[in-house]
Amino acid sequence: MTINERQDEIKSDFEVMSNWEDKYEYIIQLGKDLPLIAEEYKTPENLIKGCQSRVWLHTELRDGKLFFTADSDAVITKGLVSLMIYVLSGHTPKEIATADIYFINDIGLSSHLSPTRSNGLLSMLKQMKLYAVAYQAKTNQS
Amino acid sequence: MEHIANIETTALDVKQIRRDFPILQELVHGKPLVYLDNGATTQKPLTVIETEARYYEEYNSNVHRGVHHLSQEATNAYEKAREIVAGFINAAHTHEVIFTKGTTDGINLVANTIGRRFLKEGDSVIISAMEHHSNIVPWQMACEESGATLKVIPINEKGELKMDAFSALLDDTVKMVAVTYVSNTMGTINPVEEIIAQAHARKVPVLLDAAQAIQHMSIDVQALQVDFLVFSGHKIYGPTGIGVLYGTTEWLNKLPPYQGGGDMIKTVTFAKTTYNELPYKFEAGTPHIAGAIGLGAAIRYLQQTGLDKIQQWEEQLQAYALEQLRQIDGIRFIGDAARRSGAISFLIHDIHPFDLGELLDQQGIAVRTGHHCCEPLMDEFKIPGTVRASLTFYNTKEDIDKLVAGINRAVSMLR
Repeated sequence: MTINERQDEIKSDFEVMSNWEDKYEYIIQLGKDLPLIAEEYKTPENLIKGCQSRVWLHTELRDGKLFFTADSDAVITKGLVSLMIYVLSGHTPKEIATADIYFINDIGLSSHLSPTRSNGLLSMLKQMKLYAVAYQAKTNQS
Repeated sequence: MEHIANIETTALDVKQIRRDFPILQELVHGKPLVYLDNGATTQKPLTVIETEARYYEEYNSNVHRGVHHLSQEATNAYEKAREIVAGFINAAHTHEVIFTKGTTDGINLVANTIGRRFLKEGDSVIISAMEHHSNIVPWQMACEESGATLKVIPINEKGELKMDAFSALLDDTVKMVAVTYVSNTMGTINPVEEIIAQAHARKVPVLLDAAQAIQHMSIDVQALQVDFLVFSGHKIYGPTGIGVLYGTTEWLNKLPPYQGGGDMIKTVTFAKTTYNELPYKFEAGTPHIAGAIGLGAAIRYLQQTGLDKIQQWEEQLQAYALEQLRQIDGIRFIGDAARRSGAISFLIHDIHPFDLGELLDQQGIAVRTGHHCCEPLMDEFKIPGTVRASLTFYNTKEDIDKLVAGINRAVSMLR
């Protein structure tokens, strides 16, 4: 699936949820379910320090594609992080660097991508894009 | 003995009070707003909003400089606001009230000027472990510049200052003591009279950060004998961007100017500038005229409402809130001081404060989560942050009930 197909899939999952409780219960469940990162990668170097909740992000390049793993100490942030990873992981650096991330806004959670939220999600997305740009430059050079 | 939370007061008509604050009628996420983030900023009564609007609509003009009518009117209103503030805190002279941008600005003014004139290598400044960043960083900067040392009064597990440790820190090297009157995170009321008495016995000046005290209790700077006191307008139902630095005439005259510019000078030549007298020496540039006038209106509103009534209701509300919150399974209070006001900080089980705050917001309940600009304090308790509910006189017992119900609902979703 392309990045946009994955975003659309998440959107249609959320469309059936009529109230905030359903949305948040779904996100919390995602946050609880997923072991998102190997413990050895929860290092200070991989820490994106938000004001409120902390996010760890680890990136690997395999077969020309970028794979992300991540974690957060807040379960709602972790759930949103896992959605972001589902959308972007396993794509080429170029696809990730040029991706337009609209699903967070379209499922009614745009405030989570606001700098004032300080939950680490926006910083994580920026970091993922930065890695993608850096790997893109690297693969173009080689 | 009758239970404090069950005593009903008729002294303050909270229903009527709430009608004075337009924003309290707003809906958030389709639910009536429960505003419990008063430690961050307070809401504004209509009289403040209208007073500020009237200034812009009817007599907007620059102060102290114009010969024309509007300038005179604006100057009169601006200086009247200074008189209102001076009366409110019982300053001996109106020129001891300096208008600033806010608490942070006031502390920076004092730290910068004390640092330049009075701090040198081997000296020290005392602050406490419960300070807000704005009463830590300016002093760190002043100490770095001068080679002085920053010393910190430790706290106990209840979030109270260890006064014996303070006495031990207070030696001949100390040139300044800067502490908060009330903790923004834990609500602890510090024994400021004792701190001032001990410091003054050694001829050391004291700055009180009253950002979280001024709106909850009556403050008399002359009775306290405090040398400097700072607070913000927006935390006392006034506009943002305006604050007050009170200083004794003696100390304000000893300090060099902080910022240069218009209004703080008497004469300027390229060879030599003579500085203006107090308070203008510390008010460079066009001040926040509308803000000062709005702050005056906010203080007038409090005085008309009655600070004693406000304090009485807030104390009842706080007792009720603590009693109700204590019943929540797994709650842990961060700070449980015997004397407290305003803020209540807590954690529940191992739930991250951000998660709890997020789900309370969805229910229309505004609380604060995070480290509250007190990272050293969070390190002390070894926690990532807290959830903070901060109360004020327009809050009701119903607000507290909604908070408790909201927490229980959030916890059931998160665990």
